[in-house]
Amino acid sequence: MSNIGLNLKLKIWRQKDAKSKGRFETYEIKDISPDSSFLEMLDILNDELIRDGKQPVAFDHDCREGICGMCSLYINGRAHGPDDDITTCQLHMRKFKDGETITIEPWRSAAFPVIKDLVVTRNAFDQILQAGGFVSVNTGGVPDGNVIPIAKPKADESMDAAACIGCGACVATCKNGSAMLFVSARVSSLALLPQGKIEGARRAKAMVAKMDELGFGSCTNTQACEMECPKNISITHIARLNREFLCAKLQD
Amino acid sequence: MSNIFSSSIGKKLIMSISGLFLIVFLLLHLSINLVAIISKEAYAVACEFMDTNIFIQIMVPVLALGFAIHIIYAIIITLKNQKARPVKYAITSTAKASTWASRNMFVLGIIVLGFLGLHLAHFWYKMQFQHLVMGKEIAPETGHILISALFKQPLYAILYIVWIWALWFHLCHGFWSAFQTIGVNNQKWITRWQCIAKIYATVVAVGFTIIPLYFLSGLA
Repeated sequence: MSNIGLNLKLKIWRQKDAKSKGRFETYEIKDISPDSSFLEMLDILNDELIRDGKQPVAFDHDCREGICGMCSLYINGRAHGPDDDITTCQLHMRKFKDGETITIEPWRSAAFPVIKDLVVTRNAFDQILQAGGFVSVNTGGVPDGNVIPIAKPKADESMDAAACIGCGACVATCKNGSAMLFVSARVSSLALLPQGKIEGARRAKAMVAKMDELGFGSCTNTQACEMECPKNISITHIARLNREFLCAKLQD
Repeated sequence: MSNIFSSSIGKKLIMSISGLFLIVFLLLHLSINLVAIISKEAYAVACEFMDTNIFIQIMVPVLALGFAIHIIYAIIITLKNQKARPVKYAITSTAKASTWASRNMFVLGIIVLGFLGLHLAHFWYKMQFQHLVMGKEIAPETGHILISALFKQPLYAILYIVWIWALWFHLCHGFWSAFQTIGVNNQKWITRWQCIAKIYATVVAVGFTIIPLYFLSGLA
């Protein structure tokens, strides 16, 4: 464990509200522990800004343990910063060098407008989910476990897709601003299970239609999304979504 | 089928199918061209076949349509994708996350298309076009005369090779990407398709590179 504090220059996107024009502002921050997390570093910066009577930098965060999907940030050109398979809250300052300039931007997507500074609304994801990312069930008693047999490989693949935390790194990273990895993870996790299969065709059509409507781009299979996905979700789920969607459409 | 082609996936399906059609065409084109370095006489026979065969005559406009559709949808999809990110990032470092070809398919397509125009003017216009559209009789030897005259010019031969290797990049991504879009892919097949794509693209590129080199080296 190194105790030498990092002195850094931060180039941060500041934007008063959704309607204002934003710009980069540069801040200097001193003596940051390499063992602190990236968000803790921003907390320290905000603490200093508040003490100086300035507006703190708004950024999204919640659980700070990599499972809620709230923290975003495009750091030095990468979603969630310079490390693999992590969210921003899991990023540590030891990944940066002393004296480095760190550029921090919000997710850039027409469907994720900036609300303030580094905060964007990912409400578009909720709208896609509302369009079909669920299983309709009649509530009743709790069913017995293992009543419906599910093959282990399918259950595993479904769980891999269900690991999606809806953070939006796929959209932020994709050069086309496509939401296909997110939509495919939701469609795939349900399509692989007998309970979800029943509404498979309707779900794929409704979610893709909503995704297109909200202004996300088209997937061009660059695979950048799966590289930046904190949950390592594979683009083969996109192939399944394509399959589900095209089969559903051809049946109409 | 309702509105399938107005959806984003439907438009990409068109890109995939038209792309795969052009991929098949390239193999046919290559196999005919390779005849030119095997035997002058055999190439004349191949040229005559391409000029007079009824199936080929039907396929010429279909091929042109295939190109047109592939290009038009590339433009439509690219323009829509540009709109999805109105404010660009100040810094992006996606080099590690994706292949260069996959990020530059449109630019590669423009390079391929640009030279394709020149290529059509130099060969197709003087051969098949004269016969099929203008109704002129073309001597079967014309093809070989044209090839050897053009490829003996070093600048043209080099440009041609550069063009073919731009196509290599385009095919390396396009081939497996087509199967991904159609939905014929999974955890096992993704690496297989990517491998087959590289093999296919390399066969095509090496094949098309050998021909100008053969004429340039003075072996012909």
